[in-house]
Amino acid sequence: MFSDEQLQRIEELNKRYQHPQSVILDALWMWQDTHGWISEEGMKAVAEVLGAPLHHVYGVVTFYTMFNRAPVGRHKIEVCTNISCMLRGSDRILDHLTRRLGIPVGGTTADGRFTLLEAECLGSCGTAPMMQVGDTYYENLDEGKIDRILKELA
Amino acid sequence: MEPLILPKVQNLHRIEVYEANGGYQMLRKALGMKPAEVTDVVKRSGLRGRGGACFPTGLKWTFMPQQSQKPKYFCVNGDESEPGTFKDRQIFECNPHLLIEGTLIACYATGVSTAYLYIRGEYVRWIRMMQTAIDDAAARGYLGADILGSHFSLNLYIHRGAGAYICGEESSLMNSIEGERGYPRVKPPFPAQNGLWGCPTTINNVETIANVPIILRLGPEAYASIGASKHPGPLLVGISGHVNRPGVYEVPTGELLTDLIDQRAGGIPGGRRIKALIPGGSSTMILRGDQLEGVRMDAESLKAAGSSVGTAGMIVMDEETDLIRVISRITAFYHHESCGQCTPCREGTGWMRKILKRFENYEAREGDIDLLLDVANNIDGNTICALGDAAAWPVQSMIKRFRDEFEERVRRSAAVAV
Repeated sequence: MFSDEQLQRIEELNKRYQHPQSVILDALWMWQDTHGWISEEGMKAVAEVLGAPLHHVYGVVTFYTMFNRAPVGRHKIEVCTNISCMLRGSDRILDHLTRRLGIPVGGTTADGRFTLLEAECLGSCGTAPMMQVGDTYYENLDEGKIDRILKELA
Repeated sequence: MEPLILPKVQNLHRIEVYEANGGYQMLRKALGMKPAEVTDVVKRSGLRGRGGACFPTGLKWTFMPQQSQKPKYFCVNGDESEPGTFKDRQIFECNPHLLIEGTLIACYATGVSTAYLYIRGEYVRWIRMMQTAIDDAAARGYLGADILGSHFSLNLYIHRGAGAYICGEESSLMNSIEGERGYPRVKPPFPAQNGLWGCPTTINNVETIANVPIILRLGPEAYASIGASKHPGPLLVGISGHVNRPGVYEVPTGELLTDLIDQRAGGIPGGRRIKALIPGGSSTMILRGDQLEGVRMDAESLKAAGSSVGTAGMIVMDEETDLIRVISRITAFYHHESCGQCTPCREGTGWMRKILKRFENYEAREGDIDLLLDVANNIDGNTICALGDAAAWPVQSMIKRFRDEFEERVRRSAAVAV
C-alpha cells in the first residue's frame, strides 16, 4: 500500500492534470522507489489509487522500460551500448563489468548487490562510454574508473 | 558568433545570475506586446524546430485557435532519446531559465495557461535542476497567477517519462502525459485542434523554445541574419564518435561539416580518415566520408546532400569502423523501440534486425541485400508515425552508399560456410 504521505503527494499531483490517470507514471515511480520493483501488488495499489482498471496499469508498466518487473540488485548498472558509446568502447566496458561482477548481462550478483544490464542511448554521447547506476550517470569510463566506482558502491 | 543559447557565464543556472544578465526582460517585453505580435516576430525570425523536423515555429503557433471553449495546452519536448543527441540536457543544466522564459513567451503568444515540460525518465539529475529553476522562477513571480501584474498566468509542470524513445513523437508524448501507453496517434486531427485531452495543444522541442527569448532580444531581422538564410539561428551541434573532442558546440547554422569535425571537435584520433557520418541523430541518412566536402549543417544543405539535419547530433566514424555492425546496432534500437501499433514497423524492424545479424555473423545469404532493402522500403511511409521511416532510412542509405560493404560480407559469408 501507499503511505499517507505518498497518497497526499498523489492527490497534489492530480491537480496538475485534467484526469487522475495522468499521475500513473509518478505513482509507479513512487512504488518502485519504495519497493525496488513493480509487483502485482504494486499495480493493484496504483490501479486503486487512480481509479483505473488493473489491465490499464499493466499495459503502462509493460510499455516503459524503466519499470522493473522483477526484483533487481541494490545497484542496477545499465551500460549504454548504442552507437556513440559502441564507437568509443562500450564492448570493453561491458566485458570488464561481466568479469568483475562474475555475472552475464541480465544477471544479478549472489549477494544481491548488482544487476547488470545493457541500455539504449542515454543522452551521454559526448561523454561516451557511459553507464547509469540507479539514477546516477557515470561518464568517460575506463576500466580503472569502473573499479573505483564499484568499490564505492556498498 | 558569441554563444546565445549557452553563453559562457558562470552559474547562469542561478536565477539571480540569469536576471543580472538580462534574464526575464524578454518576458516583460513580450507581455507589453499583443500575443499575435509575438507570434509574428517568431514567424519573421525564420526559427525552425530543433527537434528534427525543422517545421517553422511561428507558423506552428498560428495553428492554435485564438478562441477556444476548451483549455489550451503547451508541451515542451525534452524526451531527447534519438541516439547521438545530447543537447537539451545542456540547456537544462546550463541555462534552465532561458527555457522557462521561452516557455512563458510561447504560452503568452498562444494563449496557454498550463504547460508541461516532458523530460525523459533517465534524466533524474536534470529534472531536479529544472525543478529548482521552476521553483525559483515561481518564487520571483515569473510563474503562477497574474505574472508581473499582466493578468497572464502560467503553471509549468515537469512530466517525467519512464524509458520510451517513442514518447519523443509529439502525439505519443501527449498520450504519455494522459497516462496511456505511449502510442502515436493518427493525424489528422493535428494537436492544435485535438491534442492533450482533446484540447488545442502545441508541442515544441526544448532547444526551439530556448531560441524564443533570443529572437525577442535581437529582433527578428537580426536573428534571421545568423547562419543559413532558410534555416537561421544558433544551433547546438552534438558531435560524438571518433573525434578528439566530442561534445555540444553552439554554432550558427550552416557551418561546414568538415569545420565542425576538424576545428570544433579537434579532428579524428590518429589523423585517420572519416569513413561515414550520421549528421543529425541515428535516424538521419548516413553520408560517405568522401561526400562531406562543402556540405553544411543546415536543413537545405543536408537535404541536397541526401540526408537531413535532424537533431544536429553528428556521429563520426573513422575508416576502421565496421559499418555492418553500426547498422545492425541502429536497427536493433528501432526494433526495441517500435511501439508495436503498425505491422510494417513492428514486424519489419524485427526482420531487418535478423537479416542484419546474419551479415554481422558472416551468415549472409545471396539475395539478403535486396531482401533487406525490400523490407526497409515496405516500412518507409507505411506507418502512423515517423519511427518507421526513422528505422528504414538508415538501412536504405547504408545500402545505397556502402553497398560494397554488404556485398563483401555476402562473399565472405560464403567463404566462411565452405
